[in-house]
This record gives sequence, structure tokens and C-alpha cells, in this order.
Amino acid sequence: MLWEGLLELADDHLVLGHRLSEWCGHAPMLEEDLALPNLALDLIGTARTLFDHAGKLEGAGRTEDDLAYLRDARVYRNCLLVERPNGDFAHTMLRQLYFAAFMELYWQQALDHTDDIVRGVAGKAVKEMGYHIRHSAEWVIRLGDGTEESARRMRAAVNALHRYTGEMFEPSYSELPNRVALQGAWEARLKPVFTEAMLDWPNDVFMQTGGRQGIHGEGLGHMLATMQILHRAHPGATW
Amino acid sequence: MQTNAAQESWLPNRGAAPAPPVGGAPPKLLKQEDDAMTEIPLWEVFIRPRNGLAHKHVGSLHAADEVMAVQAARDVYTRRGEGTSIWVVRSADIVAADPDQAAENYDPAGDKVYRHPTFYDIPDDVGHM
Repeated sequence: MLWEGLLELADDHLVLGHRLSEWCGHAPMLEEDLALPNLALDLIGTARTLFDHAGKLEGAGRTEDDLAYLRDARVYRNCLLVERPNGDFAHTMLRQLYFAAFMELYWQQALDHTDDIVRGVAGKAVKEMGYHIRHSAEWVIRLGDGTEESARRMRAAVNALHRYTGEMFEPSYSELPNRVALQGAWEARLKPVFTEAMLDWPNDVFMQTGGRQGIHGEGLGHMLATMQILHRAHPGATW
Repeated sequence: MQTNAAQESWLPNRGAAPAPPVGGAPPKLLKQEDDAMTEIPLWEVFIRPRNGLAHKHVGSLHAADEVMAVQAARDVYTRRGEGTSIWVVRSADIVAADPDQAAENYDPAGDKVYRHPTFYDIPDDVGHM
């Protein structure tokens, strides 16, 4: 069903958007302290539209708030990559690059989708993902080809995160773009960045999966607890 | 002008225009405690709000190089739709006129009001100019 596919997408965007928002006030410099919430707001904006639309298509009366704030980790359908903890700046930037490079290709496939809202989101998100790729790729290159310390951290991020990329290309709902077909283009997009960043592209990595079935890491529960407590304690709270 | 106390740290000046040059000295980075940050140069940011208008100085920021400076300028200064074009210039590359020469630079223009285009009668047919 289309609404289930949209819910999966919305979960990806909300979870990564919330992860990025955790940097707010903690980024290494003022410029990044503004840049990271900018990226987060792009993702959360997309998540809101998708939640709202998924709820309406489902027809059970669930609002975007119900879907974002009243579901437990076990029913979240986000891929594991987006819920990975922020780690250091290298981890955050690499996670962003992996996801944005995937979503840019994905939204390009959705530009002529039959659903008006999906088409609208795609048109806006393609541009946003283009910037996310630029921003994160520039950092990955500078950290990977930077100092001994930054290169070590960048390699550690690749070791920690690459195993979560395979899940992005698992088959999904037939009403939405075919994710499996995007893997080649995704790798072709990222390999030159890795080369420039003096990073080896990992081969033969065991790919961790389970997020789409609701099997998440421990961190997602903690994240959702923080994200949902206000709405759960004060249902319908607005500001 | 900033106080000496403010100059002890680079933090209060961030996002604002650099302190004006004193005694003709070029703008320079303020004292920074963290050595790593001293290697990150300061950039002046110019934004063009609309086609047909000139780029206008909006502030400054720190970035490692010109690519990162343009990205940071986009994130810091165009979040509310302020711009259609961004320029960045290394603050160290800006040459300022010597304030000690202010009198000889600017005073001679003071008594030449005829240079202002306000001494012409504009025919009514021309309308608003």
C-alpha cells in the first residue's frame, strides 16, 4: 500500500532529522551549528508532509502527530542507518552523505509519480538533497584528506556505518520507486568522493538489516523517548 | 569599537563585521585560545538580495577554504530567503583606506555641493525621477 511506503519514508526523514537536531548548540563551530539544523529542518519538513499524507491515505484518522509521537520503536520502519547515534562529526557527516546520496536518486525517480503530494515532495527534496550531498561530501573530503587524527576518525566512521547502507536498497512497496535499482548509481556517486577523501571503498561488508521490520538498535528507543515525551505527557500540546 | 575585554575572545565578534581597522592596520583575527581555530580564516560575506541590486556586505564567518565559506554563507546568511547570489572574500584580502588620511580623503568634497544632482529643474512631463 502506498501509505505504508510513505510511512517508511517519513520515519527515515524524521529519525535522521531528529538526530541532526541533537547537534543544535553542540556543533564544533557556529557556522555548523546553523548548518546542521538547516539540514534537520529540511528532513523534518519532508517527514511532516509524508506523515500527513500517509495518515490521510490510510483513512484511520491518524494525524502527523499521532504517527510521529504515538508509535513505539517496534513499529517505526526507518532504516538502521538514520538512527545511528551522531558519534563524532565524521560519523554525522558520513551518515548524511550516505543517506542524501540515496534520497537524491530516489526522489529523482519520484518526480513523475502519479500521486500529487509525492511529486511535490520529490521536486522540493531533490534540491535539498543536492545541498546535503554537497555539504556532507565537502566535509568527508576535508576530514578524510585532512590531519592524521581527522583521517583516522573518518576511517572509523566508514567502518562503523557502511554496514548499514545495504538496507537502503532492499525492495519496498511497488507503488514507490524501486530502491534496488538505485544501488549502482549510488555507488558511482560516492566512490569519487571516497577517492578524493583518501578512503577505501569497503567491499564484502556484511550488511546489517532489520529496521524495515521494526528491529532497531537500542538507541532508537532512547531517541524516541526524548522526542515523544512532551506529546505523550501533554497530548495535543502546541506552541 | 570593541572593548579590550571583548577582544580577548573571538566569540563575541562572530557573525558580525570585523572590528574596523585601527591606525591603518589591516583587519586581523582576534586573539583565539584554541590553536586549531586560529588556522581557520575569516571571510567577509556579500549577498545580492535581488537581480539588479548590488551585492551588499552582510557579515563575516570562519571557514577553512573558499568552498566551505560559500556553503557556510548560504547556511548562515540566506536562511530566510535573503539572497539570490553569494560572494565571499577573505577578510585579509580587503584593503582599507587609512583612517589617518580621512581629512585629506573626505573633507575636500564637503564644500562642493554642486556635485549633487539637485540643481536642475525637472520638467513636469518627466514625472518622478
